[in-house]
Amino acid sequence: MRTVKAEEVTEALAKVAVNANYDIGPEMLRAFDEALAAEKSEAGREVIRQIQKNARIAREECVPYCQDTGFAVVFAEVGQDVHVEGNLTDAINAGIRKAYSDGYLRKSILNDPIQRKNTGDNTPAVIHYEVVPGDKIRLTFGAKGGGSENMSKQAMLKPADGLEGVKKFVLETVSAGGANACPPLVIGVGLGGTFEKSCILSKKAAMRSPFHRNPDPFYAALEDELKESLNKLGIGPMGYGGTVTVLGVNIEVHPCHLVALPVAVNVNCHADRHGEVEL
Amino acid sequence: MAEYILKTPLTDADVQKLRIGDSVRLSGTIYTARDAAHKRMVEGLDKGQPLPFDIKGSLVYYVGPSPTKPGNVIGSAGPTTAYRMDPYAPRLMEIGMKGMIAKGKRNDAVKEAMARHKVVYLGATGGAAALIAKCIKKCDIIAYEDLGPEAVRRLEVEDMPLVVVTDCHGGDLYIEGRKQYEVR
Ligand code: SF4
Repeated sequence: MRTVKAEEVTEALAKVAVNANYDIGPEMLRAFDEALAAEKSEAGREVIRQIQKNARIAREECVPYCQDTGFAVVFAEVGQDVHVEGNLTDAINAGIRKAYSDGYLRKSILNDPIQRKNTGDNTPAVIHYEVVPGDKIRLTFGAKGGGSENMSKQAMLKPADGLEGVKKFVLETVSAGGANACPPLVIGVGLGGTFEKSCILSKKAAMRSPFHRNPDPFYAALEDELKESLNKLGIGPMGYGGTVTVLGVNIEVHPCHLVALPVAVNVNCHADRHGEVEL
Repeated sequence: MAEYILKTPLTDADVQKLRIGDSVRLSGTIYTARDAAHKRMVEGLDKGQPLPFDIKGSLVYYVGPSPTKPGNVIGSAGPTTAYRMDPYAPRLMEIGMKGMIAKGKRNDAVKEAMARHKVVYLGATGGAAALIAKCIKKCDIIAYEDLGPEAVRRLEVEDMPLVVVTDCHGGDLYIEGRKQYEVR
């Protein structure tokens, strides 16, 4: 059995979290280049040019890409043959604490949804654990902005609603909230599972690169189709009107109950900040 | 779509010439406030207390910056979503506020008040927070320091890049712009 020290987790995650907030990464930059070429509205192109400049300044000057440095979301895939010396959840939260303090990131997390006191260090993170084969720990970090998160939705569709119902729900969700979520967007769709499973899948999907494609050709085609129809909504960059509303759509699927068709749409903004580390 | 260079404070004439889709480079003094600060300002007004700054001709920027790195003027400072300030904005327009800077759609009550009081709503690019911070040359906290990122700040800005998203003639770029590109 391999041993990983809790401190190693903390250090590695802190680095990933700071870096994700300063450097939007090559895939998002490529998505911005393609968006600039595709956008037909001048106001929309100006927004994309500003986003590109912003990405450069943030990376070169080591400052946050967006002031909302997000809710820290961590997908932790823990190999069943790895032993963590210390408390893994504490180690993850310590990594977030370190990143948000040392990296001059904004602390946006409140202790309680009703009493609303800032915890002061952006913890606790939302952590999704999965036990996987092997002796490694893979952490996927996302800084999830509140503005785009607020435009996300889940629905328990009827099985009879079928594929058309799913498409309609995705379109309605982006149509209603897209302009407020800092488009161009990355849309994560979680399909199937139970109520909560669909939401977790949609988050996983939203934290991916817009160029990721579902390995199943049926869903890969649906991702492309949804991207095309979403870009016909006309919302455009920042909602000023235009032909690029989304940079990409990612779908994650899970088996579901015979009476159910859960679908969740997690809206992510152009500040799709994520990073991974394996220990 | 015209381009304007504007300096604060704004007059009725400044606001009236602006139409949706126009781009604006703004220089001068602006004030920051978001949810908690708006609540406090409006509650103060109800009790007859003065605002922490001169509201006449002013522009209020809805922003909660990230912490300032040593050597910088301010942290990253992009706009927050405006609709949460909708319940408070008309009250500030009544007493002389001339502009709001933020992102996202406004409700009808805000748009009506904007037409009545000659107020403009300027959009800053959400998420372009490092770029916008570059336009901020000076930053002082002037009230509600206990609110942290939500404290009221006085900012000196130079050539802040903005777009007219709602004008005082009833124009709304979120509606009109989309109409132009929507394929049904
Ligand atoms: S929605 Fe995203 S880009 Fe917009 S302010 Fe929030 S975190 Fe930043």
